[in-house]
Amino acid sequence: MVKADIIDFVYEKVGFTRAEASEAVEVVFQVVKETLNRGEKVHIVGFGSFVVRNKKKRLGRNPKTGTQIEISPRRVLTFKPSQILKEVVNNGTGKRSLRT
Amino acid sequence: MTKAELIEKLSEKTGLSKVQAEVAVNTTVSSIQEALSRGDKVELRGFGSFRVRQRRARMGRNPKTGTSVDVPAKKVPYFKAGKELQEIINQ
Repeated sequence: MVKADIIDFVYEKVGFTRAEASEAVEVVFQVVKETLNRGEKVHIVGFGSFVVRNKKKRLGRNPKTGTQIEISPRRVLTFKPSQILKEVVNNGTGKRSLRT
Repeated sequence: MTKAELIEKLSEKTGLSKVQAEVAVNTTVSSIQEALSRGDKVELRGFGSFRVRQRRARMGRNPKTGTSVDVPAKKVPYFKAGKELQEIINQ
């Protein structure tokens, strides 16, 4: 599945022109991106949360040559799936469905 | 940011009504959920991809009592940030 499929699903709902559906989906991901860029987490009930973590610098090793190198401090994005999403993936159903 | 705040922001930025914004966010989330429940992957350009990973059954241990317990095989949702998102986060 790609973004165009999601846009189609939104378009199928009542009250959206194709342009509105397309813009809505684009902006959803854009807003999530901007929020994460500020270092803020995004928590979507029934889905999961996106959290930016700060990693300190540490010493790593090139596995091929064995030479030690310093791994620079960095920010990484982690996604923690909600209990509901975990259930959906395993059983095809969750405790709670979303109003769409 | 919570889902309610995301809906608020979406409505603000696009001029869609609150109800429309809520439908758009919920439909986006539920369509990703449905795809993953079918075992399908979701690839979003500029954002990242959602996949389902298979975990094998293993023997676990109750850390309190030390007794062995069977942990059954299961599937876990997995997200990998796309290049663009990764760069935005690290700049």
